[in-house]
Amino acid sequence: MSHPAGETTAPRKYTKKDFESDQDVRWCPGCGDYAILSAAQKMMPDLGLPRENIVFISGIGCSSRFPYYMNTYGFHTIHGRAPAIATGLRLARPDLKVFVVTGDGDGLSIGGNHLLHVLRRNVNVTILLFNNRIYGLTKGQYSPTSELGKVTKSTPMGAADRPLNPCAFARGSGATFVARTVDRNVAHMEETLKRAAQHHGAAFVEILQNCNVYNDLAWNVLYDRESKSLHELRLEHGRPLLFGPVDDRRGLVLDGPTPRAVRAKDVAESTLWVHDETNAWKASVLTKLAPPDFPIPIGVIESIQEPVYEEILLEQEHKAIADRGPGDIGALLVSGDTWRIG
Amino acid sequence: MSDASAPASAVSKQRRQLDRAVVRFAGDSGDGMQVTGEQFATEAAWAGADLVTLPNFPAEIRAPAGTLFGVSSYQLQFGSRRVYTPGDRLDCLVAMNPAALKVHLGDLKEGGLLIVNTAAFEQKNLDRAGYRSNPLTDAALEDRYRLHKIDITRMTMEALEEVALGAREKERCKNFFSLGLVSWIYTRPIEPTLGWIGRRFAKHAAIAEANIRALKTGYHFGETAEIFTECYGIEPAAMPPGVYRSITGNRALAWGILAAAQRTRLTVVYGAYPITPASDILHELALHKRFGVRTFQAEDEIAAIGSIIGAAFGGAIGVCASSGPGIALKAEGMNLAVMAELPIVVFDIQRAGPSTGLPTKTEQADLLMVLHGRNSESPVVVLAPATPGDCFFIAYEAIRIAVKYMVPVVVLSDGYLASGAEPWLIPDPKTLRDIPVKFRTDAEGFFPYLRDEATLARPWVRPGTPGLEHRIGGLEKEHITGTVSYDAENHDLMVRLRAEKVRRVAQEIPPTTVNGPSAGDVLVVGWGSTYGTITAAVEELQQEGKAVASIQLRHLNPLPPDLGQILRQYDRILVPEVNSGQLVRILRAEYLVDAVGLNRVRGLPIPTQEVRETIEQLLRDKQ
Repeated sequence: MSHPAGETTAPRKYTKKDFESDQDVRWCPGCGDYAILSAAQKMMPDLGLPRENIVFISGIGCSSRFPYYMNTYGFHTIHGRAPAIATGLRLARPDLKVFVVTGDGDGLSIGGNHLLHVLRRNVNVTILLFNNRIYGLTKGQYSPTSELGKVTKSTPMGAADRPLNPCAFARGSGATFVARTVDRNVAHMEETLKRAAQHHGAAFVEILQNCNVYNDLAWNVLYDRESKSLHELRLEHGRPLLFGPVDDRRGLVLDGPTPRAVRAKDVAESTLWVHDETNAWKASVLTKLAPPDFPIPIGVIESIQEPVYEEILLEQEHKAIADRGPGDIGALLVSGDTWRIG
Repeated sequence: MSDASAPASAVSKQRRQLDRAVVRFAGDSGDGMQVTGEQFATEAAWAGADLVTLPNFPAEIRAPAGTLFGVSSYQLQFGSRRVYTPGDRLDCLVAMNPAALKVHLGDLKEGGLLIVNTAAFEQKNLDRAGYRSNPLTDAALEDRYRLHKIDITRMTMEALEEVALGAREKERCKNFFSLGLVSWIYTRPIEPTLGWIGRRFAKHAAIAEANIRALKTGYHFGETAEIFTECYGIEPAAMPPGVYRSITGNRALAWGILAAAQRTRLTVVYGAYPITPASDILHELALHKRFGVRTFQAEDEIAAIGSIIGAAFGGAIGVCASSGPGIALKAEGMNLAVMAELPIVVFDIQRAGPSTGLPTKTEQADLLMVLHGRNSESPVVVLAPATPGDCFFIAYEAIRIAVKYMVPVVVLSDGYLASGAEPWLIPDPKTLRDIPVKFRTDAEGFFPYLRDEATLARPWVRPGTPGLEHRIGGLEKEHITGTVSYDAENHDLMVRLRAEKVRRVAQEIPPTTVNGPSAGDVLVVGWGSTYGTITAAVEELQQEGKAVASIQLRHLNPLPPDLGQILRQYDRILVPEVNSGQLVRILRAEYLVDAVGLNRVRGLPIPTQEVRETIEQLLRDKQ
């Protein structure tokens, strides 16, 4: 491993290349992870952060090899535990920008508890969850996002358990930023990752990702040109929810709490549902939309501001020091009841 | 309180001098026995006695009143000579209800002082304790013990007649009546308790007043009642001069962390999930944010250790604590720290198991787990404190070793050390060894696994250091470069290097202190909290001229370099442990010596008498 030596902390302009490590990338040819890596590397210079202040932390699985390929600080840890390790790092070093890279198995199965709590606490980390609906590194078992009835090596007669919806899970856990993007749309990924990275608090991005070896075209609904035109709903804050072919636009309206897909031309524009990233109730409905009756929303589903866990703890520490001065072990040892002998 | 603290010589009753005494307060878990015992220990220490305590309480927070399993007790031995254990047999038992009498009477010496609260010996409580008839009416009880039947509840209520409190609250002061009485019997000063009540109930004047009255009434009752014909004096012990305080093992561990935080000026991240008997460390550290200690109550045991690994990667000191069930869950995290070679410290406050076991009872059965209970070859440093006060030094030393060698360190404390207290000669923090911390900042020639020649430590790099961006993880690393490697020879080399690094910690271990002759008939080898029991038994036999010695191992991995040589100087090796024989296996395997175990797993320390008898048996076998 070689390292560029003699750099300084002076602000410098980075390019994508500055974030490419010298490691050979070892994902299967055709894997969706390549596009995600490329989008992340392209987006990093836009953050304007010194490269040495960026840390990528991952668990176990195909997605979790990600840190090896980023020329930043990186830690490839234990299956499912990356959120816990990232939380400890943020506690120790709130000056660092911390990313967590995980997958549907790592983040939602073995690490479900940690993902829940890092979101609940609103730790300032950016979480990228690659969702390919399959266990790839262990060669093709069904995952917690695989569809009911999915036939895999471990479910030859079909999966008997119902799939989890990652964005709904994140929202239910109290995430303050929830977004979804697709590996085959590099521009959208870059934009979404950048928004997530700039969020103050725990940001969760579900990246729909293709495993061309064990679960090819699991997201074909958004790959196939015709299907995509019918089912992709681009979320833009302040804009009406419109989707579908140019010549036959559809729109979403809210009928009380119930969404309905309508032909855009059949309703007045003012009746269309306008996307509001700060509206928790509507975000909750958005996470549940899925074919065949509804499109798949991509983009920022929700973005709100809430207190950040480690910042509250640091404020307490600063207050304790401001009120009573820094700790002194010599004084502590003789505090309370003591007595002298001799 | 001049009247209450008047020297016993001023009162008419006879005072007899004792070397030592063993006293146990026992009652319902709602009777306040723990605070009563703690206060009596403080009073005894103030008067210059050496002492060791043994709190013993049920796992249930509010066990049903009057039941056998709801009994809570607090025992201490105090004396004018060095005291090493809480004592085996009781000189005095205070039983606040029938259940307490039933559970504890068997431990009272014949002729011992037995004080019972007669008010609690009503039919309902007798039934709950399983007494067919009232034991207090049994003449045999009076023949066997010096029985004092006192209506403690009524006397407390009468004393508090004028205090503006409800009957329930008044009744709850009866433990302080007992404390006052026993304080008088053993000539202990009640000033420290008066001070404690004042501080504890500073915002509740009536409760403070009630407890003070109950305490003084108990004290004066002893003085004036006709039934007590004598009281006991215990001279101050010949302790090294200095300023002392009482300290429990858990508090000492926490303060050891604070001392290391201050010395290194590093942030400490303490990750923890609530578990008995380790939680007190979290509570204590949470009070001391001024030291730069950031406590994190994690979602589970795994996240707790995960957080401190993340902190260590960030250049902070990572510390966590748990007990057996939680340590089992931390195995994968500890292995990541082994592989990533990051400095973390894990405290295991051992309790009786397996599984949930006896959460509030002590045991020493996690030694083999922390040495070997992880997948593959996973060497870590293991230390064990010998006394509550030693926990302070061991915590500090654990951090020093972890940082110096870039290695995980496990500290094996236990429930007995955790909540047991002793008078502790307060150390001067300036005398603690320095903890040098070196962060690599030079990019020239940097490799993540390029090792220090003396310690084999890899460099510690704080993220944020330009030019040293690198990646580590749980996959096997190539020697020096740290890149992922699946090479067979490299793996073999790295397994050996990780083991050798831990072995080199032996250079930190001072020469082993042998208590007794440097050669002889029997050497008793202990570790952890058996120190007091072993020392007491061995010193008794030494005074009888027996060629018996003892050592207490504070370093369990690596073992002290001089241990093999010491073991060979004695005919027999005895290893008392509160487990089924763990260190004894290691000694037999490592040194090919015919060591024998003395093993008791009752959730309590081994009685001194049993250690003594076992040594005597070995001496007889030899003849």
